[in-house]
Amino acid sequence: MRSFFSFVILILNCWACHRGGHSVENIHIKGSDTEVNVALSLAERFMEKAPQVSIAVTGGGSGTGIAALLSHKTDIANASRPMKPAELELAESRGIHPRPIVFGMDALAVIVHEKNPLDSITIPDLGRVFRGEIGSWAVLGGPDVPVSLYGRQSNSGTFLFLREKILHADYAPALKQMNGTAQIVEAIAHDPAGIGYVGIGYLSQAEKTLPEHIKVLRISRDSGQTAYSPLVGTHIQEGNYPIIRPLYQYINGSPNGQLHDYLMFTIGAEGQSIVKANGYYPISKEQYMENLQLLDVKMAAN
Amino acid sequence: MRVSAHRADRVASVLFHFAGWMSVAILAGIFIMLLLNGALVFAQITPLEFFWGFQWNPAAFETPHFGILPLVFSTLLVTFGAMLIAVPLGVATAAYLAEVAPVGVYRLFKPFIELFAGVPSVAVGFIGITVLAPAIARIFGLNNGLNALNGSILLALMALPTIITVAEEAIRSVPDTFREASYALGANRRTTLWRVTLPAAMSGILASIMLGLGRALGETMTVLMATGNASAFPNGFFDPVRTMTATIAIELGETAQGSTHYYALFAVGAVLFGISMLVNILSERIARRYRYKR
Repeated sequence: MRSFFSFVILILNCWACHRGGHSVENIHIKGSDTEVNVALSLAERFMEKAPQVSIAVTGGGSGTGIAALLSHKTDIANASRPMKPAELELAESRGIHPRPIVFGMDALAVIVHEKNPLDSITIPDLGRVFRGEIGSWAVLGGPDVPVSLYGRQSNSGTFLFLREKILHADYAPALKQMNGTAQIVEAIAHDPAGIGYVGIGYLSQAEKTLPEHIKVLRISRDSGQTAYSPLVGTHIQEGNYPIIRPLYQYINGSPNGQLHDYLMFTIGAEGQSIVKANGYYPISKEQYMENLQLLDVKMAAN
Repeated sequence: MRVSAHRADRVASVLFHFAGWMSVAILAGIFIMLLLNGALVFAQITPLEFFWGFQWNPAAFETPHFGILPLVFSTLLVTFGAMLIAVPLGVATAAYLAEVAPVGVYRLFKPFIELFAGVPSVAVGFIGITVLAPAIARIFGLNNGLNALNGSILLALMALPTIITVAEEAIRSVPDTFREASYALGANRRTTLWRVTLPAAMSGILASIMLGLGRALGETMTVLMATGNASAFPNGFFDPVRTMTATIAIELGETAQGSTHYYALFAVGAVLFGISMLVNILSERIARRYRYKR
């Protein structure tokens, strides 16, 4: 569905390069709606530094981006989930060698209405709630009202991520499939029995103030363990918060030229500060080293 | 001079024929494409599973299900609810505007009604989420108002301008001689409207209802935003629904071409097309029966 809205969000200037007389280098980025804002900020900053490069960023969903990479229609596929085995097979049959460059970490926040007495939830309980096995909030220590489930639509990377990592099964058929994160937040703000999930970038972007009538649950791995809030940065960076996922940029084979420079920029210090400013969390040292290998950067004397 | 007028006539005639046949050809093309693509789904699932399946979950974690009953039922439920609201309201408004309203009121109302026809469906859907759904939840004591009732009310609002405009036109086109004859027999205005004018305009009013029905059946964005899209089989107006149009819109964007899911969505489209064609044929039949003889 999102691809209906996936319009070219940014096709920026090449007037500078024309004036300079250099040839233009185009980079196409397409994919995850979760990543589209941060990718835009990164692209804008990079084009300020390298005016001979023109970067076009489009949304449409992780699957859409990966499909575009597999048909040579984009240079970078943004994805908020790893590629599926079927997609990898298809890539191989078409002679495409996808490499995942992780440029940020996203946490999924679980939100409820502010009137909900619950403050934290365990991972197994969360799975039971979204599988539809917990019918009433009373089971979790709340009032005896039916649980009202909100999620994204099936073309969303977030929808699939939660299903693979937390549910390990289908969502309850009663899940209301909303047309975007903003609608989930809007609906739960009006629904005292609602529960739903949103990317942390969405919550922390809005000048550090939470949307009205929304409460973010703390989450623990299991009962008896500490519950962590996704709103505290260190909980995510140290891996304490249980629902985190890497944000990928998939490329085909070894990148060179400006594409290589752009990817280095996204994982470098300046790129990472932009990632942070967009509400996501920077990558770890290990992830950075892995990225360097994937980008074929020769490790220096250390 | 005469020769060139003849030629102009012939050119115009050819052009109009061409335009007429063009629309028929395009419609036939769409239907054939839907049918051909949709039929391919039965290579992989049985018609019974498709038409009599109670579960629609094509991208399931384990086993996918392709039963369109919940989708068909959702679409019919929402449309039926919309018509329940829009038909009496629309026809009454049309009768009021055509027969009763003073000129001043008419001049005030008419532009508003016409303007309402131009409100984009996303905007209506947004109002549904932010205003109407919370109101429904409050009035009926529900947790949330993202349900069939919400969709019905919004679709009724969207079908109203069509119904009012066409029905008003139909009522106005009833010859004055009918009314005069009625008055001459001693009937008052109410009886004349109720027993003479409205029955005489019935074929046009039915046409207006069918046009409104078509609007409601095919509407996508509003129901997609405002009805919750849960895949569970709805039990009534207070349950979330997932209409055929919304399902196609949500899922087609990211379905691999040539997969069962892809063909299943075309089959859903063909079924929807079939339903609206049935509505049109029926309305044509009914309208013919009610047409008065001059």
